[in-house]
Amino acid sequence: MIILEYLTVIFLLIGGFFLLVGSIGLFRLPDFYMRLHAPTKASTLGIGSILVASIIFYSFKGDGVSIKEFLITLFMFLTAPITAHMLSKAALHVRQPPRPDTLNIDQLENIRDRK
Amino acid sequence: MTPTNRSWIPSTFNFVLLFVVWLLLTNSFTIGNILLATFLAWGIPFLISGLQSETSRVKKPLKAAQYLFILLWDIIISNVVVARQVLGNTHHLQPGFLAIPLDLTDPLPITLLASTISLTPGTVSTEVSVDLKTLYVHALNVDDEQILIASIKQRYESRLKEIFGC
Amino acid sequence: MLENTVLAVSAAIGVSLLLNLWRFMKGPHMLDRILALDTMYINAIALIVLLGIYMGSPLYYEGALLIAMLGFVSTSAVCKFILRGDIIE
Repeated sequence: MIILEYLTVIFLLIGGFFLLVGSIGLFRLPDFYMRLHAPTKASTLGIGSILVASIIFYSFKGDGVSIKEFLITLFMFLTAPITAHMLSKAALHVRQPPRPDTLNIDQLENIRDRK
Repeated sequence: MTPTNRSWIPSTFNFVLLFVVWLLLTNSFTIGNILLATFLAWGIPFLISGLQSETSRVKKPLKAAQYLFILLWDIIISNVVVARQVLGNTHHLQPGFLAIPLDLTDPLPITLLASTISLTPGTVSTEVSVDLKTLYVHALNVDDEQILIASIKQRYESRLKEIFGC
Repeated sequence: MLENTVLAVSAAIGVSLLLNLWRFMKGPHMLDRILALDTMYINAIALIVLLGIYMGSPLYYEGALLIAMLGFVSTSAVCKFILRGDIIE
């Protein structure tokens, strides 16, 4: 029992840390394309970790194993890349300027051109 | 999009997915509920079979499971890397756009590859060229362009190619 | 111990929400605001799950699932609007 409680605590702390990292990335990275990285990766792992903590918590509370939270985790991991892809497509469409020292910046019009 | 023939038997993957998701959502494992899950897992694919287009199917399920675990491990590693980059000095990062030439040809494996790239080390897939030959990727920190492209091709694309057998 | 951890993690998520709110107010482009809103959705889900653990009740799970689905649909709808100038063509 006590081990499971420790496990819950550890997963909660990991989750909170990565959610915070994702938001700090959103706060301080310099251009839009770089900002896109932090929430898609860090926040997804953060929410996954907190949901794992929730699974462990409800399992040791005694109402039998509850793995419903697994569905939310699955949903987040499926949708996060799609959201990121749509946002970056939209950013290319409105010609959001990347940081000037970005590699291959001259190819941007090439990438954008889908006609 | 060409409609496929309506078949009375759903594909195994759809059946198992719907069955498991229904049981997880209701979270009760009585006989009645299992019967209902079986009925839904059979009925829903039948109803929507007219909407689906022909896609490539997973040829090697074991390899797919192995791929999932590799992906999970890489997601954890990539998050530690990104966390260090985000909390460190952001002016030393060298962002860049990369063009990855694709060997895959079908839409489904390309979608999976793009999603994989978005979830793993410092890369987000931005755009696919119209002829499905190139995948454009934005990377947070590029040390060496060619090495990064080669590692993505070798670590993920070759595995996906093996799984879908194309 | 668990109770204190839940409170501490809630505080961390509160700080994250404030940082997202700052990005949401500042922009500079509309896309930054959408990204900030999307991150706020994720943080809100975490907060609801934590509330569920704190109260010891699994009822909050449905709320979290609903927010996850609404967040994804609304983000992709706004992206589509920017891309095409229309949501349903």
